[in-house]
Amino acid sequence: MPGKLKAKIVAGRHLPVMDRASDLTDAFVEVKFGNTTFKTDVYPKSLNPQWNSEWFKFEVDDEDLQDEPLQITVLDHDTYSANDAIGKVYIDIDPLLSSEAATVISGWFPIYDTIHGIRGEINVLVKVELFNDLNRFRQSSCGVKFFCTTSIPRCYRAVMVHGFVEELVVNEDPEYQWIDRIRTPRASNEARQRLISLMSGELQRKIGLKVLEMGGNAVVGYLQCFDLEGESGLVVRAIGTACTLDKLSNTYTPATAINPCNSSPSKDIKEAGFGEEAPGVPLSSGPPTPLRAQTFSSFSPSKSYSRQSSSSDTELSLTPKTGMGSGGSAGKEAGPLKALLRQQTQTALEQREFPFFTLTSFPPGFLLHVGGVVSARSVKLLDRIHNPDEPETRDAWWEEIRQEIKSHAKALGCHAVVGYSESTSICEEVCILSASGTAAILSSRFMQDSALDTEHRLSRQQASVFTSGAEKGEGDMGSTASLGFEDLMSPGCAFCHIPYDELNMPFPAQLTYCHCCRRYKVPDVLFTTIDLPTEANVTGKGCLIQARLCRTKKKAQGEGNATAISNLLPFLEYELHTQLMNKLKLRSMNALFGLRIQISVGENMLLGLASATGVYLTALPSPGGIQIAGKTPSDITYEQHISNMQKKINDTIAKNKELYEINPPDLVEEVIGSPIPEPRQRSRLFRSHSESSDEVSELDLSHGKKDAFVLEIDDTDAVEDIHSLLTDAPTPPGFYSCNTEIMPGIYNWTSALQMFTSVRVFRLSNVNLTNQGLNKVFNDLCENLLKSLYFKLRSMVPCCLCHVNFTVAVPEDELIQVAVTAVAMSFDKDQTQENGRQSIDKNLMKAITENEDQLQFPLELSAESSSNPLNSAKGLSEVSGPLPSARAPSVDYSSFTDRCSSWIEQLRLKAHTIRCGSIKTMSSLEKASPLPEGRSRSLRSNRSYAGSSVTVVKMTPLSFIPGTKIIKYLGIINMFFIRETTSLREEGGVSGFLHSFIAEVFAMVRAHVAALGGNAVVSYNMKECVFMENPNKNQAQCLINVSGDAVIFVRESELEATPPQPHSASAQTSSSGEGT
Amino acid sequence: MRRMSMELDVFVGNTTIIDEEVYQLWLDGHSVSDAVRMRLESDALSECEASGEVLHSDTMDQYRTFQMCERLLHCPSKLANQLLFQIPAHRQAMLIERYYEFDHTFAREVLGKKLSKGTKKDLDDISLKTGVALKSCRRQFDNFKRVFKVVEELKGPLVENVQHHFLLSDSLARDYAAVVFFANSRFETGKRKLQYLSFQDFAFCAGQLISYWTVGAVDNMMEDMDVDLEKEFLHDLKDLKVLVNDKDMLDQHKSLVCYQLKGKIKAFSEMEANFKNLSRALINIASKLTNTKDVRDLFIDLVEKFIEPCRSDKWTVGDLTLFLTHYTSTAHTLEMFRFQILWERYMGVIKSCILKMYHD
Repeated sequence: MPGKLKAKIVAGRHLPVMDRASDLTDAFVEVKFGNTTFKTDVYPKSLNPQWNSEWFKFEVDDEDLQDEPLQITVLDHDTYSANDAIGKVYIDIDPLLSSEAATVISGWFPIYDTIHGIRGEINVLVKVELFNDLNRFRQSSCGVKFFCTTSIPRCYRAVMVHGFVEELVVNEDPEYQWIDRIRTPRASNEARQRLISLMSGELQRKIGLKVLEMGGNAVVGYLQCFDLEGESGLVVRAIGTACTLDKLSNTYTPATAINPCNSSPSKDIKEAGFGEEAPGVPLSSGPPTPLRAQTFSSFSPSKSYSRQSSSSDTELSLTPKTGMGSGGSAGKEAGPLKALLRQQTQTALEQREFPFFTLTSFPPGFLLHVGGVVSARSVKLLDRIHNPDEPETRDAWWEEIRQEIKSHAKALGCHAVVGYSESTSICEEVCILSASGTAAILSSRFMQDSALDTEHRLSRQQASVFTSGAEKGEGDMGSTASLGFEDLMSPGCAFCHIPYDELNMPFPAQLTYCHCCRRYKVPDVLFTTIDLPTEANVTGKGCLIQARLCRTKKKAQGEGNATAISNLLPFLEYELHTQLMNKLKLRSMNALFGLRIQISVGENMLLGLASATGVYLTALPSPGGIQIAGKTPSDITYEQHISNMQKKINDTIAKNKELYEINPPDLVEEVIGSPIPEPRQRSRLFRSHSESSDEVSELDLSHGKKDAFVLEIDDTDAVEDIHSLLTDAPTPPGFYSCNTEIMPGIYNWTSALQMFTSVRVFRLSNVNLTNQGLNKVFNDLCENLLKSLYFKLRSMVPCCLCHVNFTVAVPEDELIQVAVTAVAMSFDKDQTQENGRQSIDKNLMKAITENEDQLQFPLELSAESSSNPLNSAKGLSEVSGPLPSARAPSVDYSSFTDRCSSWIEQLRLKAHTIRCGSIKTMSSLEKASPLPEGRSRSLRSNRSYAGSSVTVVKMTPLSFIPGTKIIKYLGIINMFFIRETTSLREEGGVSGFLHSFIAEVFAMVRAHVAALGGNAVVSYNMKECVFMENPNKNQAQCLINVSGDAVIFVRESELEATPPQPHSASAQTSSSGEGT
Repeated sequence: MRRMSMELDVFVGNTTIIDEEVYQLWLDGHSVSDAVRMRLESDALSECEASGEVLHSDTMDQYRTFQMCERLLHCPSKLANQLLFQIPAHRQAMLIERYYEFDHTFAREVLGKKLSKGTKKDLDDISLKTGVALKSCRRQFDNFKRVFKVVEELKGPLVENVQHHFLLSDSLARDYAAVVFFANSRFETGKRKLQYLSFQDFAFCAGQLISYWTVGAVDNMMEDMDVDLEKEFLHDLKDLKVLVNDKDMLDQHKSLVCYQLKGKIKAFSEMEANFKNLSRALINIASKLTNTKDVRDLFIDLVEKFIEPCRSDKWTVGDLTLFLTHYTSTAHTLEMFRFQILWERYMGVIKSCILKMYHD
């Protein structure tokens, strides 16, 4: 009997009137877990019953604890007829199963009914007592922590990143089991909600088992989705990244609570500091990169190898024992050594079936090189599944796609895929499976066999426990160690260097020397699915870039339909890519982050929506302009037209440069001169045909140099393209937007935060639309939605819409649905210019000096010789080799993906990961770590907000909340709701219906978080919003699936208010002492 | 021609966004299209360059939000512990305050009327007369009714009850107290002669009556409510008759007042000539207050019997103030007059009411 679940029903409030005669309700509660049910007494004639029940105890297996939700049903007692259900509450007790998460669930939960929505609230208390039974053969995976966050969670340190975990479970969909009988909406909806809850629990348990097998203790970047396949079943599937995480202990040494992951706001500040530097005044620090290079070059270049010898320092045990010599090796050795190391990493990764990572930002030193976006799609027929009730067929489908992704990555010279995600789009019996990610090269640091490392870790932990005083620097040290691995050279540009052999490039690309370090080659454009690495050198600000496309399709059935879709997909993707490229250039930017391409299929159309955040990476060459070329230059008016358009484009580019503050620092560098003259000359040579970038800062409108992107207007399509390019309205003043976590160039976030969801459904009545007509409709829909958002949030200006996540769907023949979830965050503009500037400079200085102190390990200056070929780099030919296609019933799509991949492969890059600066800022922040009392105080104050009895719960799709520090993760929130109405008009029509449903979902998420003791949800995501209506029958139904991480945060201002710890100061000195 | 339409359009924030301007438009009873037009015309939004389409979408969202909140606003204490909308406390207070604010012109029309279905039917006329939109009239009327219903049966101070149950500001709670008080006692306010009086005038008088003439006024420990005038007090007022019935006393009173006012007021001769009439008017009003009917006529009586004569004699406010002050105080020096406390309680309120009502 491994666990005892205890529940107590305290009270209810705001209950609905169930007895019309008395205007009151005789409520009682059923508490159900598994097959056991308890009941409270009836509390007669009250809308605010006080049951104050005994503790209901369920003795259950921990397997059940993981799978089952606690089900609470509130009913109205009726002596003569059947009791009426008021509503239900499902409580996921998983957070109680991990010792580090919540200990009790206690609070007011909305009582939810799928027909009536929220009907009052109920106060519930839930506890779990777990008996450890280590000898048992484990079916459960209690204690494995799950995080939706796609980076290492804030109060943890990654010890090991084990890799990809996935699972998929199938069941019959209760919605389709009523066919012969009459469907009773409430019963059907509740069966579905319960089933998905069960399946989610099972899925999580199974993934947890895999994680335990791998030796991990957590899943990061957990993404769970469900596919409503219709009659073939209901699929719940999940992917994630298994990790071993160490909780940064605050108890002993608050100062060590260093966040190994680098995207806290403070880090943003730092990071922004780098970006700021580039366009900054020449005399402020000169070109940043050479300066840094000098700093680093004062260390011995072979530093990474000293790390490998475990004798030198126990903390370095994270690196593999390669048997390489310890410190002192000359700089020239670095190249070959590195190659060897990479080989090692590669083998480590190749042993894995899928070297995939759902993370989008990484612990320092983990991500070395970024190769580019890889994606694969496949069209399948759901009615051809042999065993619909078994997961095998779907497993095989995904396996196939993952193999393809893997081979694409390989062809890009990369051994891993990061920022990996999977999705589906279903229309009737056709299902499009999609997967995408970013090919990358990773450091082996977090990936080798763990046994030895674990020992070291243990001993280290002990050490830190015993030496709480003087060793406060432990955390700092740790992070230094972790950042100090191999790539400490030029920060912020290394990850842009190409990973593949330039003589044997897998695709045609323009390479230039890196504009930061002048030593390595970089491509002209870089597309990725990950977040902008915090250390990246960025010029100016970024912006949201979207490509939107709509293609009509003939209605068809079965295989014919699938073939038609397969044939359309490549064109769709190609055009999306062209649009992205054009829009990127129009904004004078050269890289995309967070790229997400969604293809949605309907009966008679395909929708494609690509969203990404465009930035100007300082390391990459300045993009040329866009040049329009007419096909037949005979006609004068035609030429005039062309030149008008050209002028418009040039004007837009100039305006955008100003708007996004893109002033590449080339000129400055030119004048001041680089300390590494030779490579720079080479780069000049190489760039001889892209000199236009130098004039860019003078706002040269011609752009007509040789590297300009040429758009040929040879048909109406191209004209349309250009029009659509120019019709994107600029964001209104004071607004910025991005779909990544971090917006380069913005810091000084205030605490003002507004997460929102907006949904629009557009009806195309009269459907004889051309592709262009459809495109315009779709484009306008998205543009108008954005305009509305800017208007609604105008009071938050200056502000940035972050993590803007669009999802499109074709719910019915003539409907297009667009849903957006994002967070608007205000920032302080003035401070940016004045105080902010100062503090940033200060931070920067501090960071630099502290870096010097901290880099006690010799640095490897040349991380990699540019001529070092990747073993895995293969020619294009191999990429385009068709994958074996099989499976008769499904239409195979591999030949298409190959075509597709060729364009994708034109975009890639690589990365070195240097986080010295950011890490340092983190640690300086940590100095202001809270005293425990400070923390509890602020928590209390937060809960008792303005005398209201309701805890304020913040929600954000980001993994952090600016100006705050997350001190505890309470568990994953993964909720699925169905709402249905048969009185649509009475509920305010479809808009009224959905408006209240979304508000209800938010309310239920907040209530669950508050009951866990939390005050925020981070990494919030609305994964699904399926809306169906039948206005003629006055009916509508909607399914929403949301997820996120419940956390406790405290304000940094409150932390700072507490006196700084004397320890941290000593830690600082001690670490610097070691450094010298 | 393509015919396409936005089928559904919603925006939901984790923190509920409330645009105060739109809220006011909604409260004022404007339709969505009216509201959009007015917003388009207003200067405040000109810098946003918002199109009609954007404004329409925003206005619809806001109106929906308000409609969903309305149910909660009917019981404001629910707003603070409901879970559906996350609204910061100060915004909640704003929502409630604005929802319960009312047009004084409207309130003036309803004042003293029974808050019944019958009155509700007259709202069209009131809407026409006051220029307040019918929708808004209905909301305001329903608010009156709701507040009335809740506090009618409650014990303790009226203003505090209103404030406690509806979480209103002090001044608004006082206004509601006045409305409730007038509705409960059904004071006549509709007569032509009373038309010149504003809602504020009456609200002030109501405040005076509540503060000094109800049971709660003398004893807050009393388990009775503030809504009704104290029966005992009204009954005792009959004793004041002595001031006019006793010839000596009346003369003495007059001479004392005249002595005090001589040379101080412009309308001295008129006052001297009229003293007995005026005094008789005030005492008569007092002695008749045991009748519910006469209580209702308190204000019309004050106007007809006292204010109008003074006005026709062109008394200034200063004259009136001095007169009433000394009229009250000199009574204490009358040897035979034993009802000092009663007199003070009566005249204090009457004096301030008359002074408030004495204008054009």
